Amino acid sequence: MEFFGLFEYGFFRNAFSAAFLMSVTCGIIGTYIVARRMVFISGGITHASFGGVGIGYFLGVPPIAGAAVFAVIAALTTENLTRRKVLRNDSIIAITWSLGMAIGIIFVYLTPGYAPNLMSFLFGSIITVTLADLIFMIALTATVSLFFMAFYRTILYLSFDEQFAKTRGIPVMLMNYLLIVLVALTIVLSIRIAGIILVLSLLTIPQNTANLFTNRFGGIIIGSIIIGFLSSVIGLYVSYVLNIPSGATIIFTLVVMYLSGRLIKFVA
Amino acid sequence: MNNLQIELKQVTAGYQGHTVLEDVSLSIRHQDFIGVIGPNGGGKTTLLRVLLGLIKPFSGTVHYHISRKEIGYLPQISQFDDQFPITVHEVVHSGLLTGIRSGVLKHRSCNARIEEILDSVGIRALQNRSIGELSGGELQRTMLARAIISSPRLLVLDEPNTYVDNKFEIELYAILKELNKTLSILLVSHDIGTISPYIKSIACVNRRLHYHPSNEISEEQLKVYNCPIEIISHGQIPHRIIKEHQQ
Ligand SMILES: Nc1ncnc2c1ncn2[C@@H]1O[C@H](COP(=O)(O)OP(=O)(O)OP(=O)(O)O)[C@@H](O)[C@H]1O
Ligand SMILES: [Mg+2]
Repeated sequence: MEFFGLFEYGFFRNAFSAAFLMSVTCGIIGTYIVARRMVFISGGITHASFGGVGIGYFLGVPPIAGAAVFAVIAALTTENLTRRKVLRNDSIIAITWSLGMAIGIIFVYLTPGYAPNLMSFLFGSIITVTLADLIFMIALTATVSLFFMAFYRTILYLSFDEQFAKTRGIPVMLMNYLLIVLVALTIVLSIRIAGIILVLSLLTIPQNTANLFTNRFGGIIIGSIIIGFLSSVIGLYVSYVLNIPSGATIIFTLVVMYLSGRLIKFVA
Repeated sequence: MNNLQIELKQVTAGYQGHTVLEDVSLSIRHQDFIGVIGPNGGGKTTLLRVLLGLIKPFSGTVHYHISRKEIGYLPQISQFDDQFPITVHEVVHSGLLTGIRSGVLKHRSCNARIEEILDSVGIRALQNRSIGELSGGELQRTMLARAIISSPRLLVLDEPNTYVDNKFEIELYAILKELNKTLSILLVSHDIGTISPYIKSIACVNRRLHYHPSNEISEEQLKVYNCPIEIISHGQIPHRIIKEHQQ
């Protein structure tokens, strides 16, 4: 089937829109995560959200809502415990990470019958994105974009040197908590695309590809959005044509893009 | 008369209940130039953090007669991630932040000011480099530029001479001396010998703080102050080393 012919299908239009929205959001949030070296924290938040998926199935509420609640709680807890140096930072992450997974596994097991779409939470399924998902994605993309546009300098400077930003009167703690909540929500909505297992790649591979060509924070954001969007659309199309899983194909495309970037840099 | 800027009174401070500074009092006045010396782990950086309001003392008071935003700060180099995607120009610009939105509002208009400051520390040509592409000394100059761009009334410098070559170290102290005509300076250094000609008084910090209202200090006084540091004088070898005394 020819690429543009696919737009006649509602599922493809939804998938295409989701790819665009999440590329923008992941481009911005991923750059923040990568610059601040928060990739591992994000991994913890991602996996902790599975606890919410399990409880969602068990209680019969939308698993994605459960995931959002768990992700935000995990994010705030990790941030708070790290600040207070209650435990080593990476240990806190490992605990939230596995605790969330454990809760998820127990509640999925306890749920009578079978848990529909469980695999799509683990591996993603951009072709089953619904109108409701899209509405949440639009809201999140708008919030993240506006927040970063309004506070771009503040976010950049406080990420570089938090102590200094504090001396300049920036409400550093408030900003950190707001940002980690946006990170958590971005992860949850990206799970629709790539699943819990693969989602981190959407937030890191485009950034590292863009980073091959620019050292500017803003440049990495723009580059990641473009790379993320191209990879999602190419991955989506290839997965449709070859009839293979979309999430994994998108990740594979991202890696190919990264390697091509390296090659271009090497040759140029 | 009332040229007081900050007063610390009987401050005890530290981290997670563990005391680093005990019963510390210090007054900083307009045009002071205080050299802060002391052994590693003595609490010099902690003293600066208390002054800047970055940590709250366990007890005692810090009284500000100037706004906290009128303090320029050059942190001890160590905690920076040199792969962070930020340019020299941007780092210096961050010195102009005064609140949550100020960076966005003023960015265009302050380029001239940034270039002027970069010129004064000799790194204007590097303004578009990202910080990962700087030498230690160039990074230190960037941090100095960031500290002074807001025209502070008090400048707080935590070992600004780390990584800096001799030539810039002399230049640095000349810049500070000039700045000291209009503002006060608190300078942490391990090298009392080199800073001695520039400073006006000395604070010895080793858990407790002993204020010494002169720019020269003898080994005997350091001993009395329980401040075990080397008195290093460039070009004069061998160094005299003072033995550490435990109370
Ligand atoms: N963020 C922190 N959390 C816990 N303990 C800390 C922290 N920062 C410093 N300390 C401890 O407080 C003590 C004093 O540290 P501080 O950094 O103030 O010393 P310093 O005089 O600046 O030393 P140096 O010459 O090495 O810079 C040290 O024992 C240090 O281990
Ligand atoms: Mg120190």
